[in-house]
Amino acid sequence: MNVLDIIKPENQVFCKTKLMTDTALSYCPGCGHGTAHNLAMEVIDEMGISEDTIGVAPVGCSVLAYDFMNIDITQAAHGRAPAVATAIARTWPEKYVFTYQGDGDLAAIGTAETIHACNRGENIVIIFVNNGIYGMTGGQMAPTTLEGMVSSTSPYGREIKSMGSPLKMTELVANLPGVYYVTRQSVHTHKHARKAKKAIQKAFENTRLKKGLSFVEIVSNCNSGWKMTPNDANIWMEEHMFPYFPLGDIKVDGKLK
Amino acid sequence: MSELKLMKGNEALAEAAIRAGADAYFGYPITPQSEVIEYLMTEQPEKRTGMVVLQAESEIAAINMVYGAASTGKKVMTSSSSPGISLKLEGISYLAGAELPAVIVNVVRGGPGLGTIQPSQADYFQSVKGGGHGDYKLYVLAPASVQEMSDFVEDAFDIAFKYRAPVLILSDGLIGQMMEKVQLKDQKTRLTNEELIEKYGNWAVTGRKNRERNIITSLDLQSEKMEARVHRLMKKYEQMEKEDLRYEKILCDDADYLIVAYGSSARISQKAIELARKKGIKAGLLRPITLFPYPKQPLFELADQVKGILSVELNAGQMIEDVKLSVEHKVPVEHFGRTGGIIHTPEEVLEALEQKIINNERTRHHKTRESSIL
Ligand SMILES: Cc1ncc(C[n+]2csc(CCOP(=O)(O)OP(=O)(O)O)c2C)c(N)n1
Repeated sequence: MNVLDIIKPENQVFCKTKLMTDTALSYCPGCGHGTAHNLAMEVIDEMGISEDTIGVAPVGCSVLAYDFMNIDITQAAHGRAPAVATAIARTWPEKYVFTYQGDGDLAAIGTAETIHACNRGENIVIIFVNNGIYGMTGGQMAPTTLEGMVSSTSPYGREIKSMGSPLKMTELVANLPGVYYVTRQSVHTHKHARKAKKAIQKAFENTRLKKGLSFVEIVSNCNSGWKMTPNDANIWMEEHMFPYFPLGDIKVDGKLK
Repeated sequence: MSELKLMKGNEALAEAAIRAGADAYFGYPITPQSEVIEYLMTEQPEKRTGMVVLQAESEIAAINMVYGAASTGKKVMTSSSSPGISLKLEGISYLAGAELPAVIVNVVRGGPGLGTIQPSQADYFQSVKGGGHGDYKLYVLAPASVQEMSDFVEDAFDIAFKYRAPVLILSDGLIGQMMEKVQLKDQKTRLTNEELIEKYGNWAVTGRKNRERNIITSLDLQSEKMEARVHRLMKKYEQMEKEDLRYEKILCDDADYLIVAYGSSARISQKAIELARKKGIKAGLLRPITLFPYPKQPLFELADQVKGILSVELNAGQMIEDVKLSVEHKVPVEHFGRTGGIIHTPEEVLEALEQKIINNERTRHHKTRESSIL
């Protein structure tokens, strides 16, 4: 059969996500941010809620999320997205409000805002992309940087004694009564991406049902920050990140697993 | 039903926010302004008008909540006192950069550091010289009575939405804590979401319905675009200077000596010029009501008439710099003010006027020079 017989509109099984703009992504090749953006936009599109969704972008590599996501977005100060989202959700209770944040944003400078938005059980979705490093500013140590991991501010590897242990923010917030759904996913293979999409969908469904806060961590890579090829970064992530940040649901329908 | 009530400044401000049709208030307790959130929590405006009130985990969270609600076109306010305002400054800079309307209230206490819970005007520089990072200014209203604590809330919202810019009400512990009678305004109805979208849908993030997406950000990585943004802000500030300057002149027509003072210092100075007049000294008071824009021109003109100017402030000398800039060395300008939470008395102010201005070598020299022209 000729390939041209196959490439026909009626045979199309996958196309560009409708809610992604045509702007070229600013992310490094192989970075998980692009896939995570795609999945969030696919969910919002498929749920038919794009006109009622307000996103909150962080400071970090995804600061320009508003260039790529074709929905209304406000860009928050570093770490403050959960506070920004709180106010939007409180003053527009019928809207779908989500934050999209990196680990430095959510688990270092924004720790207080994260914990308290979770504790109040704000009716929002938090998408937390954990790449174990500060990507935007050039690869400094993050709260989630693994023990022994080299970064530009832990050039001899993270030393627990002086720098503390990598922070499991997701497990921490799962213990708060206001939090309804907590899961940890990844997006580096099709299989994982499909699971992550289901998780994001469940999170937005929870908003629809006014269940409170849904927290979706996506363990991701940072090949430029980790100084690896994209493929090596994914292998390293599976071998080192996943054992410390195990994938799977942590809290479902308000109950710890 | 406009009502006459006896209220604390902080309470009058809180009540005025409800009546102005505010959509939300976010705050964090700090003396001497905690009555604002206490009053709101007790009043339950959610039941009265649907206004949202939330105690945030910090001043940082509160100002970013303000940023969130303001992003969606809601009428939103926060209040704090000096250390809390220092924490809010990054957020205030973001509000200015992202061109969002919001009202921020500072019931000032003495500093630096934890300082004192007593009244002060030591946040003048922080309020009018930027405070946070970057090229921006705040429109700053300085109430001098409980009545103005109430009236300025609606004025502040009007300016905030006129310019899509943050507005600061710069009060102090004295005005916030004292009780006076106050004429409350009638209740304004809050905008419905449909009305809000109609009015602000061209910029606010309310959900991308029947239009292109809206984006709220203060970021421009392209230098030319960022410079254009800064220029846009500067244009707003120029327009504020032209259209929305506010000040009050008291007994200035025949004044030989001038006191410049705002807020509680203006109240005290008004008494001081009355005492001066009883002694036969022709003293007048210029009270800036807006600290930015500053009444530069009125001061410049008064400098041709008076022999000397005393800047009276509850601080170690901050606004005096703007007085000096305004009068361009035409007359001697001196500062008087107590710090540490001590409030100067009218008698002290009069004494300072006599010692620092009337009996000042430069003032006298100035006088002779003037009379030699005559
Ligand atoms: C108040 C403040 N402090 C520091 C910075 C600098 N900064 C920008 S992004 C960033 C770290 C972002 O890392 P992360 O949240 O992990 O996101 P990533 O870039 O890795 O996706 C820092 C420290 C800032 N913009 N604002």
